[in-house]
Amino acid sequence: MKKRLSILFSLMLVLSLFLSACGGFEKKNESAGDKGKDGDKAANVPQELHVNIKTEPFSLNPGLANDSVSANVLYQTFEGLTRIKDGKPELAMAESYKVSDDQKTYTFKLRDAKWTNGDPVTAKDFEYAWKWALDPKNQSQYAYQLYYIKNAQAYNEGKAKAEDVGVKAIDDKTLQVTLENPTPYFLELTAFYTYFPVNSKIAQQNPKWYTNAGDQYTSNGPFKMVSWEHNNKIVLEKNENYWDAKTVKLTKIEMVMVNDTNTELSMFNNGELDWAGMPTGQLPPDSLPKLKEEGKLHVQPIAGTYWYKFNTEKPPLNNVNIRKALAYAIDREAIVKNVSKGEQIPAMAAVPPTMFPENKKGYFKDNDVKKAKEYLKKGLQELGLKDVKDLPPITLSYNTDDAHAKIAQAVQDMWKKNLGIEVKLENAEWAVYIDKLHSGDYQIGRMGWLGDFNDPINFLELFRDKKGGNNDTNWENPKYKQLLIDSQKQTDPEKRKELLKEAEAILMDEMPVAPIYFYTNTWVQKDNLKGVEMSGLGDVQFKWAYFK
Amino acid sequence: MQQIPKEMFQPAIADSREAEKISKPSLSFWKDVFIRFRKNKLAMFGLVLLILLVFMAIFGPHMTKYDYATNDLMNTNQPPSSKHWFGTDELGRDIFARTWYGARVSLFIGLSAALIDLFIGVLWGGIAGYRGGKTDEVMMRIADVLYGVPYLLLVILLMVILGQGLGTMILAMTITGWINMARIVRGQVLQLKNQEYVLAAQTLGASTSRIMFKHLIPNAMGSILVTMTLSVPTAIFTEAFLSYLGLGVPQPLASWGTMASDGVQALQYYPWRLFFPATFICLTIFAFNVVGDGLRDALDPRLRK
Amino acid sequence: MLRYISKRLLYILMTLFLIVTVTFFLMRAAPGGPFSSEKQVPPEIEKNLNEFYGLDRPWYNQYFDYLVSIAKWDFGPSFKYKGQTVNDLINEGFPVSFFLGMESLLLAISIGVLLGIIAALNHNKWQDYTAMVLAVLGISVPSFIMASILQYFLAIKLGLFPVARWESLQHTVLPALALAATPMAFIARLTRSSMLEVLSNDYIRTAKAKGLSRGQITVKHAVRNALLPVVTYLGPLSAQILTGSFVIEKIFGIPGLGSHFVTSISNRDYTTIMGVTVFYSILLLVAVLLVDIAYGFIDPRIKLAGGKKGE
Repeated sequence: MKKRLSILFSLMLVLSLFLSACGGFEKKNESAGDKGKDGDKAANVPQELHVNIKTEPFSLNPGLANDSVSANVLYQTFEGLTRIKDGKPELAMAESYKVSDDQKTYTFKLRDAKWTNGDPVTAKDFEYAWKWALDPKNQSQYAYQLYYIKNAQAYNEGKAKAEDVGVKAIDDKTLQVTLENPTPYFLELTAFYTYFPVNSKIAQQNPKWYTNAGDQYTSNGPFKMVSWEHNNKIVLEKNENYWDAKTVKLTKIEMVMVNDTNTELSMFNNGELDWAGMPTGQLPPDSLPKLKEEGKLHVQPIAGTYWYKFNTEKPPLNNVNIRKALAYAIDREAIVKNVSKGEQIPAMAAVPPTMFPENKKGYFKDNDVKKAKEYLKKGLQELGLKDVKDLPPITLSYNTDDAHAKIAQAVQDMWKKNLGIEVKLENAEWAVYIDKLHSGDYQIGRMGWLGDFNDPINFLELFRDKKGGNNDTNWENPKYKQLLIDSQKQTDPEKRKELLKEAEAILMDEMPVAPIYFYTNTWVQKDNLKGVEMSGLGDVQFKWAYFK
Repeated sequence: MQQIPKEMFQPAIADSREAEKISKPSLSFWKDVFIRFRKNKLAMFGLVLLILLVFMAIFGPHMTKYDYATNDLMNTNQPPSSKHWFGTDELGRDIFARTWYGARVSLFIGLSAALIDLFIGVLWGGIAGYRGGKTDEVMMRIADVLYGVPYLLLVILLMVILGQGLGTMILAMTITGWINMARIVRGQVLQLKNQEYVLAAQTLGASTSRIMFKHLIPNAMGSILVTMTLSVPTAIFTEAFLSYLGLGVPQPLASWGTMASDGVQALQYYPWRLFFPATFICLTIFAFNVVGDGLRDALDPRLRK
Repeated sequence: MLRYISKRLLYILMTLFLIVTVTFFLMRAAPGGPFSSEKQVPPEIEKNLNEFYGLDRPWYNQYFDYLVSIAKWDFGPSFKYKGQTVNDLINEGFPVSFFLGMESLLLAISIGVLLGIIAALNHNKWQDYTAMVLAVLGISVPSFIMASILQYFLAIKLGLFPVARWESLQHTVLPALALAATPMAFIARLTRSSMLEVLSNDYIRTAKAKGLSRGQITVKHAVRNALLPVVTYLGPLSAQILTGSFVIEKIFGIPGLGSHFVTSISNRDYTTIMGVTVFYSILLLVAVLLVDIAYGFIDPRIKLAGGKKGE
């Protein structure tokens, strides 16, 4: 019996090896075939793109979407009045536009365009989509993106009627938009997904049109969605009805949902993906040095700032000199080089250099230990303390994530070495963490801000009101506030910029936040993939992409 | 042959209550166990290994000049070398120092969680199984409720209410950890309580606790020990999971669980970051297993050769 | 028997009710809500959202509504995925997880029991030690590490299997193995230890004395009786494995149900938390009941039905 059992066991082992070997052969043949196709017939390269979008999108209704996953699908399937190319808005659904002298009224002339089902795209579709998103009963979490339009906020808050909202279809091809304030970046906003049109014919009949692929899901962009397997993958194909279809070279985009960075990169290395990393996915932090060494890593700065927020009402952080001491004693260069490793840009300012190019230098010197010690001394004096040891205990909080944990530990070590301040670390799950931050139950907290649109106001207005939704620092400064309010009425771009710069200087002098770095996108891609368009906000468009 | 005078005989006390008792002194039982255990080479090897691991946990961190927390950002992710015996991690910290520092945390957590699981689980499962009927039903359904409620949610709440700390961590680890043990013990007791010797003991009027501890649990020892050896690695990795919720050991303190979970992310690039903590976890579990096996064999008189 | 089962079903309903109640209150007491984000939603919109999902109503109304909807097997709309219901999520995810789970359960049971038997029959010989080393590896390496190791060596280095995703039978091999490793090892250890106990029992000696062959003894007497702890362990395990594993699904990019157990809680997606918890709990409670019924078949002396003692 003993013998028989061991024979049986070895048989099973052999069998399983055999099975797996078979699997291997099949696989190899397949990939060999693929390579043949890629290499030999350069003229006939399959124009099929495989990317990873990590997770199921929140919603593929442009009026409801509020996340980057949805955004990166919608930018391929839909199109707004404008589209961002090379960082600048260019006309898309709009053929031309006129701006009134007070810069508050835009009149767009639409081009002849069709929905994927052949219906014409009309001004009505825009008006319908925007008002739908603003309608409080539709609970769009991104409706506030439309608040630049006159009475949009009032309508969204139930204080005005739909008719009062400043968007009107004059005729099928003419759309008139009235704004609250002159908004110099309005043409950038119209490229944003909340400003996309929706096929009003279908949407009015079928309120659930956006939940699945099929003939009810119509879009007006370069690609159409042909299948959507929830939590698994989305398949897009070229939209032959698109007005600029001749520019679109990709015939198919397959978007898989794999939420593991190592798996994503391995799939890329295995030829199962053509693109790995941001903005649709992410690269494992530990892979970056090797990829850089091999010359495969692509890096592009984006409009985002990683910073530590100080709760300015909790001692000792209520003292500006202590805050400055902490901010100056961080070695950002070392962090981006040796800890985060994504070629991020050390941040000594709040607004990313994609908006203020001079912010690469910033308002103070990185790792200025000497100054930091002076500030610390001054701060201790003001607090009536003799020694660093007498400082009230400080806790640095972050939401659980490998990258945040590493940076926090590095900063903890720097503060200890440079200032002798011992800081406790505390991490929490995202929802718990956000709750703590928003309710002011923290001392120093990690946070990042990614721009919604390409204008500095998006970063600076965070700190305008003490109880503004995303301030969290409890900091407020009347002069700062006034500068921002003035900037809204200023129609001259240069003067407006000066006002904003002045405000930023105040922010960096009072230091309710210690900036750490400006974000970058890091990714790897197939060498023969060209023409992928990424905006400074980190969105991706495949309209012009092709394989060479 | 010498004549023995009658006076030298004494009547033996014939107490019926004593009849059931084992007349052999219990001291010699443990001696016996020890002698049998010592003969088992593999088990002895496991014991030595365990002692070595504990020794290193105590003295290991002092064997290198590096400290477990100090960053060295110029020397991150260095492979093992004569300077850093186990290499360095993503912040340039010495993995040797961190491994043995982590051994303290993980061995403590693994052992205490396993012991608590053992205690609650054996008691709960034993009572449920032996009493049977309604008691069994109610006790096991309570276990089911704890098992059915999402663990993550339970831990988030514990964390919010009790705050970070060793006590909370141990509580979070054992709040559901004992259920497996209880189920296994209950199953075994259900089976064993109908065995002839248990029925015999019952008939002879042995008390419940005596039947439980002298008959049922020793006979279920094999499964209990096996289940306990699963508790140890489970606890070590649960700690890593709790760290994710901010409930594990606070950074920059090290533990094998967190080191291994971080290391697995770097498997393709810096394999030593996973290799060392994972190897020592395996060695620990191996040692527990062989010691457990040896103990079981030594405790079981039927296996005596 | 029938009476016992119907009584147990009643208990299952009560247990389920308790699980739902505890989960409901835990979920509501947890900090953060379904709409919390670093970009805070304006208060007016949050109000509308709360109204739509009924979160503005008193807790007892909401609690009662949940109970009713669970009874109707309609878990409501997901907070996280607009336009999808929780029932959709379960209906789409469960078949995948079930398939993968069955595969790994079969692997774990067949190989685990076999290894255990071999080890027990060759107590303290090399077969025993080999099985032990394998089992120790399986027990001490949790599935997420096992998954990464298998993926790295078998898929990336050797190219024997696809790296990830859910496309063909081949794609299922690595995740199934990773998922099966720990249960397999544990089953092997459990089988071995209880086999050893059983083999030393008198009736085995009797059987030997009767001249039965070793194989007959093993199959007829030893294995059956030794399986009891394994069956105990298998009950809750199968409920867990068949509803999917978060880490395995994440690492291999599998669209199963397991990921919802974790992400729904991180997202505070209340309806999904409730839905998947109820679904899992039902499987769990039924599995536990099946285990108890199985006891009777393995060892007819075990009688759970009556409350009378010492029958």
